[in-house]
Amino acid sequence: MLVPLLGVLFDGFAYGMLLFLLSIGLAVTLGMMNFVNLAHLSFAMLGGYVTITLTQKLGWPFLATLPAAFLAAAAAAVVLERLLYRRLYRASELDQCLLTIGLVFMSVATAAYVFGTSQQPFETPPYLRGAVAVLGLRLGIYRVFLIGAALGITLALILGLEYTRFGTQVRAAVDNQRMARGLGIDVERRFAITFAIGSGLAGLGGALAIEMVGLDPAFALTYLVYVLIVVAVGGLGSIGGSFIAATLLGVSDVAGKYYVPELGAFLIYLVMIGLLMWRPSGLLGRRQ
Amino acid sequence: MREAGPPEDPRRELWARQRWRGLEGAFWLATLAPFVLFPAHLQLASQVAIAGLFALSLDLLLGYSGIVSLGHAAFFGIGAYTAGLIAKGGWGEPVSGLLAAAAVAGVAGYAASFIFSRVRHLALIMVTLGLGLLVHEAANKAHWLTGGADGLQGVRMWPLAGRFKFDLYGYTAYGYSLAVLVVAFLVVRRVVNSPFGLALRGIRENAVRMPALGAPTRSHVRTVCAFSAALAGLAGALLAQTTETVSLATLEFQRSAEILVILILGGAGRLYGGLVGAVIFLVARDRFSGLNPQYWYFWMGALLILIVMAVPGGILGGLARLAGSRRRPGARGPTASRVGSS
Repeated sequence: MLVPLLGVLFDGFAYGMLLFLLSIGLAVTLGMMNFVNLAHLSFAMLGGYVTITLTQKLGWPFLATLPAAFLAAAAAAVVLERLLYRRLYRASELDQCLLTIGLVFMSVATAAYVFGTSQQPFETPPYLRGAVAVLGLRLGIYRVFLIGAALGITLALILGLEYTRFGTQVRAAVDNQRMARGLGIDVERRFAITFAIGSGLAGLGGALAIEMVGLDPAFALTYLVYVLIVVAVGGLGSIGGSFIAATLLGVSDVAGKYYVPELGAFLIYLVMIGLLMWRPSGLLGRRQ
Repeated sequence: MREAGPPEDPRRELWARQRWRGLEGAFWLATLAPFVLFPAHLQLASQVAIAGLFALSLDLLLGYSGIVSLGHAAFFGIGAYTAGLIAKGGWGEPVSGLLAAAAVAGVAGYAASFIFSRVRHLALIMVTLGLGLLVHEAANKAHWLTGGADGLQGVRMWPLAGRFKFDLYGYTAYGYSLAVLVVAFLVVRRVVNSPFGLALRGIRENAVRMPALGAPTRSHVRTVCAFSAALAGLAGALLAQTTETVSLATLEFQRSAEILVILILGGAGRLYGGLVGAVIFLVARDRFSGLNPQYWYFWMGALLILIVMAVPGGILGGLARLAGSRRRPGARGPTASRVGSS
C-alpha cells in the first residue's frame, strides 16, 4: 500500500515540476503587467518542436537541444512582444485574450502544417531511460532528471529575484508598478526581459515535456488549462505560490488518474473553480 | 441642437432607441433572400442563423454587461444535448423540445451566474474557461447519456407543426432557425433598450459605481446570465434539431472561441454585430472549406489579431465611425455606446 502511494507521489511531483516550468513565466509576467497571455504554451510548443527537429533531423544530443529550445522560445517572445504585445498593455483583458487566442490558433495551425497532426516520435537518450531502485521504490531516471532540473531552475530564479539588482526591480514592478515607475525603473524594459526569460523557460518545459506527455499541435491548447490553473491558484507574480500550486496539481492529477480514473480531469477543474471562488487572487496572491 | 442638460423624461432616450430604422428593415428583408437566390445553400443559411443567435446571446453578456466568457459553448452544448436527448427519448416535436432546451440551459446559466457575479477580471475569464471545460469533460465521461466522443446518435425529429419535414435541402431548417432568431432578436432588442438594459451597460462601464448608485448589480448579472444562457441553449437546440445529431464539438473550447471571434468581428454591443459577423465568418469558412480545418484556424487567428490591432469595434463599429465622421459631430448624443475596446 505504502510503496504505490510513494510511487504516485513521486510521479505526481515530477509532473508538477513540469507544470511549474511551463507556468512560471506566465505567473511572473501576469503579476507584472496584468497581461493575459493565453499564448504562453505556444512558446512551450515551439521549444518542443525545436528539440524534436534538432534531435531527429540534425542528430543533436538531447541535452544540447535544451538550451536551443530555451533560446528559440525566448527569441520568439522578444519579437512578438515588440510587434504585438507591447501595444496592448493598457488594453482590456478581452482584447488581450483575443490577441493571444489568435496567436494560439495560428501557432497550432502552423505546427500542424509543418509537422503534421500526429504525435511526434521521440527517443530519449539511453542514459535517461530506465529506473533506479531507491529504498524499494523504482524511480524513473528521466523523472529524477526532470525534478533535478526544475529544482535547479527554481533555485536560480529565487536567487536571481532575491539577490540581483534586476530581480529587485522586477519584484518592485510586480508589487507596485506605479511606484516602481516613479523610482525611475524602466518597467517596460524589465517586463520585456522577464517575458523573454519566462517564455524561454516555457520553451525548455516544452522540450522536457515530450518524454512525459508527448507533443502534437494541440499541446498549446491542452496544457494551457493546467498552466492557467497553476497561475490562478498560485497567485499572480508569486514563484512560491506557483511552485506549491504546480506540485498540488501534479500530485492530485496523477493520484486522481491512478485511484479514480473514471473522474478524469473533472476533479481538477472543480477544484480550480472552488479555489477561485474562495480566493479570487490565488493562494499566495497579493493583488487582484 | 438642444443644449446638454437633464432630459425631460429619462425614458425618452430609450423610446428613441426602440424606433425601427430603415436599415434594419432592409437587413431582415435580406434574410429572406437565401430562399430565392441561394436555394442550394439553405443548410448553410440555417447554420448562419444559429450562429447569429448564439452570438446574440454572447453579446448580451460581453457587449452589454462586460462579462467576458470563454466558456459560452457550455450552454450551447447543454441546450443541444437537452434537445437531442428529448428527441431521442421519443418526443420529436421540435418547438416544445426547443423550449425545454432553453429552459434547461437557462437554469444552468442561473446556477453558473452565482459564480460569475462574484469574480471579475482574470479570475472571471478563468472560471468561465474552467466551467466550459468542466461541462465538456462531464459530457465526455457520461458516455451512457451523451454517447461520449461518438456523439448522440438516433435523434429523429417529427415534422415541424406536423407538416414541414426537416429535409436534405434545408427549407424547413432555415425557415425554422430564422423564425426562432427573429423572435429571440425582438425579445433581446426590447430588453437591451429597457431600463434593465441600461443598468447592464452601467455595469459594463463601471462595476464599482453601479452598486453605489443603488443598482442591485449581482442580481442584474444573475438575470442576464440566465437569459443569455437560455438563448445559447436555444441556438444549441436549433443545431441539434436541424442536423439531427449532437456531438461533443458543441461543447468544445474552439466553439466558445469561434463565437467570440464572430461577435468581435461583427462588433460587440450592437445587436447586429453578431449577425453580421456570423454571415461573414460562416460564408468565408464555407468558401475555404476545401482547406484542411487545421489551416482554417490559422486564418481565424490572423483575423482575430487583425481585428484587435486594427479595427476595434469590429465591422459595425468601423462603419459607425465612418458614418459618424461624415455627420455633424455629437449627432449621436453623449450616451452613444462606446463598445468593443472598453
